Amino acid sequence: MNNLSKRSHIIVAIFIVVGVVYIIRLFGLQVLDSTYKQFATNNILREIVQYPARGLVYDRNGKLLVINKAAFDLLITPREVVTFDTLQLCNLLDISKEELEIKIREAKDYSWYKPSILVKQIPPENYARLQEQLYKFRGFHTQSRTLREYETAAAAHVLGYVGEVTADDIKNSNYYSMGDYIGVSGIEKTYEEALRGTKGVKKYLVDVHNRIQGSFLDGQEDVPAQIGKDVISSLDLELQLYAEKLFQNKKGSVVAIEPSTGEILAMVSAPAYDPGLLVGRVRGSNYSKLLADTLKPLFNRALLAEYPPGSTFKIMNVLIGLQEETINLYTRFSCAGPASTPIRCTHNHITPLGPVEAIKESCNPFLWNTFRTIMNKYDTSAESFNKWREYVESFGMGKKLGSDLQFENKGNVPTAEYYNRIYGAGRWNALTVRSLAIGQGELGITPLQLANYCAAIANRGYYYIPHIVKEIEGEGLSGQFSTKVYTNISEEHFEPVIEGMQRVVEQTNASVFMRIPDVAMCGKTGTVQNPHGEDHSAFMAFAPKDDPRIAISVYVENSGFGATYAAPIASLLVEKYLKGEIDKSREWVEKRMLDIDLIHSKQEN
Amino acid sequence: MPRRNNLWANIDWVTVLLFLILVFLGWFNIYAAVYNPESQSILDVSQQYGKQLIWIGAALVIGFVILLIETNFYVFFAYIIYGFVVFLLILVLFVGKEINGAKSWFEIGGFTLQPSEFGKFATALALAKYLSSFGFKLQRLKSMVLIALIILTPAFFILLQNDTGSALVYFAFVLVLFREGLSGVILFFGSLIALLFVLALVLSGMLLNIILLSVALLVLLILNPRFKQFGRILLIFTLSIGVFLGIGEVVPTKYQLSDFWVAGALTGAVITLIYSIRQKIRNYILVTIIFTGSVLFSISVNYAFDMLEAHQQVRINELLGIESNPQGAGYHVNQSKIAIGSGGFWGKGYLNGTQTKFDFVPEQSTDFIFCTVGEEWGFVGTSILITLFLTLFVRLVYLAERQRSGFSRIYGYSVAVILFFHFMVNIGMTIGIMPVIGIPLPFFSYGGSSLWSFTILLFIFIRLDASRLDHLSS
Ligand SMILES: [Zn+2]
Repeated sequence: MNNLSKRSHIIVAIFIVVGVVYIIRLFGLQVLDSTYKQFATNNILREIVQYPARGLVYDRNGKLLVINKAAFDLLITPREVVTFDTLQLCNLLDISKEELEIKIREAKDYSWYKPSILVKQIPPENYARLQEQLYKFRGFHTQSRTLREYETAAAAHVLGYVGEVTADDIKNSNYYSMGDYIGVSGIEKTYEEALRGTKGVKKYLVDVHNRIQGSFLDGQEDVPAQIGKDVISSLDLELQLYAEKLFQNKKGSVVAIEPSTGEILAMVSAPAYDPGLLVGRVRGSNYSKLLADTLKPLFNRALLAEYPPGSTFKIMNVLIGLQEETINLYTRFSCAGPASTPIRCTHNHITPLGPVEAIKESCNPFLWNTFRTIMNKYDTSAESFNKWREYVESFGMGKKLGSDLQFENKGNVPTAEYYNRIYGAGRWNALTVRSLAIGQGELGITPLQLANYCAAIANRGYYYIPHIVKEIEGEGLSGQFSTKVYTNISEEHFEPVIEGMQRVVEQTNASVFMRIPDVAMCGKTGTVQNPHGEDHSAFMAFAPKDDPRIAISVYVENSGFGATYAAPIASLLVEKYLKGEIDKSREWVEKRMLDIDLIHSKQEN
Repeated sequence: MPRRNNLWANIDWVTVLLFLILVFLGWFNIYAAVYNPESQSILDVSQQYGKQLIWIGAALVIGFVILLIETNFYVFFAYIIYGFVVFLLILVLFVGKEINGAKSWFEIGGFTLQPSEFGKFATALALAKYLSSFGFKLQRLKSMVLIALIILTPAFFILLQNDTGSALVYFAFVLVLFREGLSGVILFFGSLIALLFVLALVLSGMLLNIILLSVALLVLLILNPRFKQFGRILLIFTLSIGVFLGIGEVVPTKYQLSDFWVAGALTGAVITLIYSIRQKIRNYILVTIIFTGSVLFSISVNYAFDMLEAHQQVRINELLGIESNPQGAGYHVNQSKIAIGSGGFWGKGYLNGTQTKFDFVPEQSTDFIFCTVGEEWGFVGTSILITLFLTLFVRLVYLAERQRSGFSRIYGYSVAVILFFHFMVNIGMTIGIMPVIGIPLPFFSYGGSSLWSFTILLFIFIRLDASRLDHLSS
């Protein structure tokens, strides 16, 4: 027996070995290996993103342009889902059974435990119905998001729209994650960072069923969402609405700038679209429809369309001639009317004539002669041309102005090299490029550039970079928009051309359409030759003459002579802006402009 | 009166104290595991901790009553108690209530009782009585068969109740038999077969074969460090495995390359066996036979496993923790390890556990109660608890060894190894080194039946120990 009792030692040894092995194992699990602590935190921690409301957008007079409306996403946590009435859920959500099943499968593929969005942007009407019934559907819950809502259908191109972030957006920024919204165009894009605010996060403790059990560390680590900043745009809503109304049934654009600040007062690209179409669940389908529209409503003509400036450019050449002293106020060139060479004159006027009268009469021979003297001033045509081009560029043509609107077109002002390539160096001269004298040929400028050019004239030699935002809540505006950009023309040369522009408005055959009682408006018409169809009419103007408060450019596509449509529309806008209403004596002009249909009448023909 | 005084004086208060400490620590941890800030009354009988408090009270009464019963009672009634419990185990198969897939519960007026829990002390009593009977010889075949019958009958009916965990506990009696003279060789081979059985299912055939071969070769080298013979055997195995792998590489068959490896190793073993017999190297013959047997055994385990129905395979896989079903055993063990691991050195503090409180750990008040200890009390708590249990087990072995009667000693060992088996499997499961077998942690886990059965089991021995000197006087 004594022998067997020694076996108690073996049994005790087995007990102790197992105990020691377990203690060693526990030392590894609890002390050496820290990954379990992380897993444990992951188990119980749910971070719920707090989406801030996006900043609002106001017009310059404090009227709301863009606000937010509530929408709701329905989320699913596949693990928690129990059998439910598929048909009822489909009815509540307005989707088909197949669609629902596909979405549920996608959610399961993404994660069994984590919630994913099943249906986005449920409108409040549907949400109310859904919320009542949601208790029947375990594993589903909602989260609120804000969508854009527009007080009027105006200024779609300027305001831009908001869309879901793309894979690139997520890659290029450490702020965005799947399903976030981002400004895609217009103010929404440029001022995205101010408008979006900052997402916050709330940390919750959850149990194994993902049910919230309380806040994590009493909310110490929560980060509240910061509401987006409001943006005050420089738009004048009333002017914008009026401009859009005048452009009903027309194609073209308007850009109105306050010369003393560079603030854009109105920007129209017609035809436009209702910005409300690009909000919420209907965005995708509406976007495709707008994209397919042959009238290109999504195309922002004001920034992207490039037209030759036509006769509006004659002022530029007169200014350059005066600055280069190849002409002066006493210079007279004769005009042989339709018999003039190399460019004929279409107007009947006194001859010979000086620069002021030449602007009023839009006399092609005078401008040709002016241009010829500029081109012949220096040893070579190329040298003279480059000098000329510098002047043009100093008005913001042939380059991006650097406004706060995305996707500016830089337009086209040809270079000497360009002509050298075409004609060979030294083998071209003023005559070769004579169409530049009257703003035709290779020149291309955008409506924004035309308005800016007009503002620079109104300011007698400088401009502010045009911009659409006046102020961001609690912040100033970046310095580049409050710095004068000087042209290469001295101030004194502007008075005579402005005098000519005033006469255009007040003393020509077309004055009847554009003269505003008690307002000294200065303007210049232009006709843009259009090889594809009817010419476009162009007009630029500013007023009042001595204290300019508005500079405007108007293009009306396929409408023929500048004085017929562009000038009256511009004059109505200036009148509306400066006086608040249209004078009784001019109501017939307004009616005429509203009634004209340049889109559908053309198509019927 | 003197007799009564004698009894209280002879009770081993160390064991009673350890029992009380474990029971109350258990209760504190059950309270933490189901802790709910809204219902803090410890006597709330709708909560588990409230019920457990009642059961602890009852257990103390049971323990006290047991101490009052004469020791002769157990010796006389050992077989009757055993027979009665076996009867209950059969009865529960017909009138029992199914809970968690096991049809092992009686329901009496809202209370549930698990007869398999009481099978342990009944079997221990019967085994103690039989082994200590006059003229008993363990080595006789008849004794072996009867012992097997005593142990395996309750295990068999518990298995029928679908309660595999409780049935496995009866393996623990092998240690008692070992103490009473069972050959160590049987213990060794028994453990080897059990180990091989698990490894055959867990490891791939080739990996297991490589391990077995390496062990066999190592043993050969240690037993007989003559490099000439060893070199030849190494050559035999290299050649035969090489040839078979070569054939497997060239000849396209439905068998995999690992099958050819195993075939090569077996062929090598047969050649080695012939060589060893000719050379009359007894060590080599023995090791080679064991190696060949092990390989054949593991192959047949896998073959038998493949013959099983799919759902039976899943059950075994889950039991062994192979199945990684996120809802299944693998998931539970992982969550259990996370809870324990997240406790760190000092733990999160009492009632501050999140993994157990928020139900990430399954069965957190019963089979996985150790997780609460690990999470809230950290490494300090777990190592103290393990030390407490070890102290109890060693104390029990010490007490068993000091008995004068075979009956008391055998019963004492039974108590020690049953508690130890529960301890080993339960904690081993929560820390991921034992398969997931749902058996309670003694005195700790929530549940009346298990607490009472462990109390009865232990207190009968305390009572037997208290009157260990009586036999001398009587
Ligand atoms: Zn003329």
